[in-house]
Amino acid sequence: MSAPGGADTERRLAWLRGGELPQTHNARTIAALASNPGCARRALLDAAATRKQDIAEHAGFPVPFGMSPFALSRGVVFERQLKDDPGGLLLALLRETLNLDIAEVGFTDLNDVGGSPDLAVRHARTKAVLTGRPDQRGTLFDHPLLRFRVGGRHAYLEPDLIAFRHDDTFHVVEIKSFAVIDGQADPAKVAAAAIQSAVYVLAMRDLVGDTATVHHESVLICPRDFANTPLATTLDVRKQLGVLERQLSRIAAIDSVLAHVPADVSFSLDADEKGVPQRDPGDLLRDLKRVDANYSPECLASCELCYLCRDEAGGSTSVLGKSVREELGGIESVPRALKLARGDDPLPVPEDLQEAAAILRRAAGLRRDALGTAWAQTR
Amino acid sequence: MTTLTSLAKVEAIALDRAQLIRTVRHVHVSSRPLIFVPLQLAGEACAPLAVMVGDERGNERLLIAFEPRDRTERFRFAAGLGEVILGYVNGYAAGDPGEGVPYPDAPQVWVPNAGGLKFTELLGRSTRFRRTDGPYPVPASVPLLGRWVTYLAERSQHPLSSLFLSATQALTAHWATGQSATEDQNLATLLAWIAPPPGLTGAQAALLAENPASSPPAGPVTDPDFDRDVLEGLIKAIEEARQTGNVTTCDRAQALMARQLHSVLKPTWDLMWQAVDLLRSLPPGDHVAERWRTDRFSFTGYVRYLREDGFPQARRDAAVDAARRLARLENEAQQLAAHMAYDDPLVMAEYRMTGEAFAGPVVRAEPDRLDETGKRARLRPWITVETTDDVLAERGADLRSPARPAQQARVIEVERAGERTRVTIELQSGMGRKLVPEPGSVPAPGDVVCYTTFKAEFQPPPKFPDREDTPWTHGGPPPEYVPRDEEATEEWE
Repeated sequence: MSAPGGADTERRLAWLRGGELPQTHNARTIAALASNPGCARRALLDAAATRKQDIAEHAGFPVPFGMSPFALSRGVVFERQLKDDPGGLLLALLRETLNLDIAEVGFTDLNDVGGSPDLAVRHARTKAVLTGRPDQRGTLFDHPLLRFRVGGRHAYLEPDLIAFRHDDTFHVVEIKSFAVIDGQADPAKVAAAAIQSAVYVLAMRDLVGDTATVHHESVLICPRDFANTPLATTLDVRKQLGVLERQLSRIAAIDSVLAHVPADVSFSLDADEKGVPQRDPGDLLRDLKRVDANYSPECLASCELCYLCRDEAGGSTSVLGKSVREELGGIESVPRALKLARGDDPLPVPEDLQEAAAILRRAAGLRRDALGTAWAQTR
Repeated sequence: MTTLTSLAKVEAIALDRAQLIRTVRHVHVSSRPLIFVPLQLAGEACAPLAVMVGDERGNERLLIAFEPRDRTERFRFAAGLGEVILGYVNGYAAGDPGEGVPYPDAPQVWVPNAGGLKFTELLGRSTRFRRTDGPYPVPASVPLLGRWVTYLAERSQHPLSSLFLSATQALTAHWATGQSATEDQNLATLLAWIAPPPGLTGAQAALLAENPASSPPAGPVTDPDFDRDVLEGLIKAIEEARQTGNVTTCDRAQALMARQLHSVLKPTWDLMWQAVDLLRSLPPGDHVAERWRTDRFSFTGYVRYLREDGFPQARRDAAVDAARRLARLENEAQQLAAHMAYDDPLVMAEYRMTGEAFAGPVVRAEPDRLDETGKRARLRPWITVETTDDVLAERGADLRSPARPAQQARVIEVERAGERTRVTIELQSGMGRKLVPEPGSVPAPGDVVCYTTFKAEFQPPPKFPDREDTPWTHGGPPPEYVPRDEEATEEWE
């Protein structure tokens, strides 16, 4: 028995990955982890830092998770516009939102260190700067490189900006290119930004080793109305922090997931020197299916394996969504739900399903009465 | 999601195609709807890229903003779209119908999905304040387009209105598919489940329809692969052609983009007409025409308002207006629910599941029963209904029947015996003026009847203070709304 996240775990995760280098997590993938914590397949693929999109494609279930070049360039342009003149627009905006002192200026670029893009070097520099003496610290930190432990592994994270305030608190600043129109933004996008911010807050707290220093209020900067004028709003991410911490602690227990996975299961693509997968797709698919998944339609928005798991879940009420399943009294199998509804299940109805069965029979009767011939014709 | 709808979804999987969850249609379908399929540039708040629009299925019009990020190009596009929309809307607003009378019909616009509704709202927001004079003058059709589409987008939030519909919402209100609500947002897969091509199951057809390469998304956002592999190059080519100043090259590049956008939009255009046909094939519910009448009144009112040089809609409602609007929307939602239940036994079935309604045969009737306790005898027939439904109503409860919506009825007694419940009901009106009921006004033994505790009648909205009496807690009386200059010249980049 080794310690959680120890060498044994590392060895097994490396085996799952095959000869591949581990993929790096980012705030978005970590935030996505929070969306389906009960899924062992996903937890494992993420903990092993595999190329999920390539795996899904090679197994025969590619997902169109591309990003439009227009959306990408829009995001880049908006961020650059702010940072090209950090002492101007950006500072004015943050001064107002965070009550920064006029004296508090100083923009530290942590994008690379002496031209070195090496992650470990950049992280060390970030740490040195952010935990240095307050009076020598400056106010704004561009693209610091944080490190964060997920599923027993370290992931490097890069928030857009960190601001430091005179009352000794850091604030995470997120720059997003979705518009706030007449004070309202797309709620789904704001929610995504909030959970990403929460990831950065956790990583920052980890870095400075102190919870109180990193404020739970993040700053979201978005274009206002239809123009490029930036607008800053504070986001209280306490709720998101709670959700993340709870779910990350479950993921941290990757050893307990591994304990249920046969030792020969591998997600390796057996890529040749050109990176072309050589593994038999059927073989890969079989191994993927040896780890339990927990499919729900929400996966379609966040997980690269969604089509594979949806296909596998065919015939289960989970493909219809949680609320449908609840209405069906939690019954998992589509044929079983139908049999119970029609009352023609030769098996006796178990005690715990009797109430659900009665409701279904009643619903089926009402549908039959109301649709009459139309109902009969389709059968 | 209700148990009945959930069961229908399970049936859809088992039977390989979508199942009806309504027996009648609950939206009005125009004889000449305007189909409106917008596309926007990804990543932008509201950068129109193209629309396919028209009120004849064989005659689609394609309008394009060849450089969606260019301000001049956007307003040229908006002006062109304005001509089309105004042409369609004005077709319903000839002359003035006279005081208290609505126009005989009203426009009806269809977009593919909720994203289309939102896009339209933003398009209205970005165009309605523009002016035909001042620093950035635009053609008159631009602010008028803005006002009309803002009006339509606002109406789309009214539960009773059918002026502006999303095809996916209208279809999912009538059919249950074997896929999740998320996947039902995709018009192509939704229709694949409702009307799979011959030889394919709903699931197989939906799988094919899900591939963005063969079945382009219904917008407003385009497929990212299309953006990267096709659109980016096309826009760049036009830009370069413009810089060389060569008109022929420029025309050729634009024609190329038009052809590509046509091929991306045409499949959705065809699906839109298929959606209209499918909904039209269902018989309309009895209250549909009544609701359309309120739409006609609303439309007539807005035509008049604009003719009197009405202001563009404010960016935000004042406190009293907002409260009044919210109350009205809630009221409408209740009214719609009642209408639907009265018009459609499958909707009423939802209430029978919850005990808010019950149905069954009349087992006993005293049609000539008189109440002689007062000064004058009154006709008060009693009927007893036997039902296997759960009955929540207790003695003294007021009931209504969809078959006789104006007739007041009251519960006299509820006797429960095992699976069966007998409800004795006193009928209190709607039987004529004599002491003998009009023929057919009292259900006879053997008739199957349905009674419920909710009513389909109009409920008067709560009272709100006048604008000038807005309480201080709500900011006091708001200043008179006048569009400001900066709204007219706001950046759109």
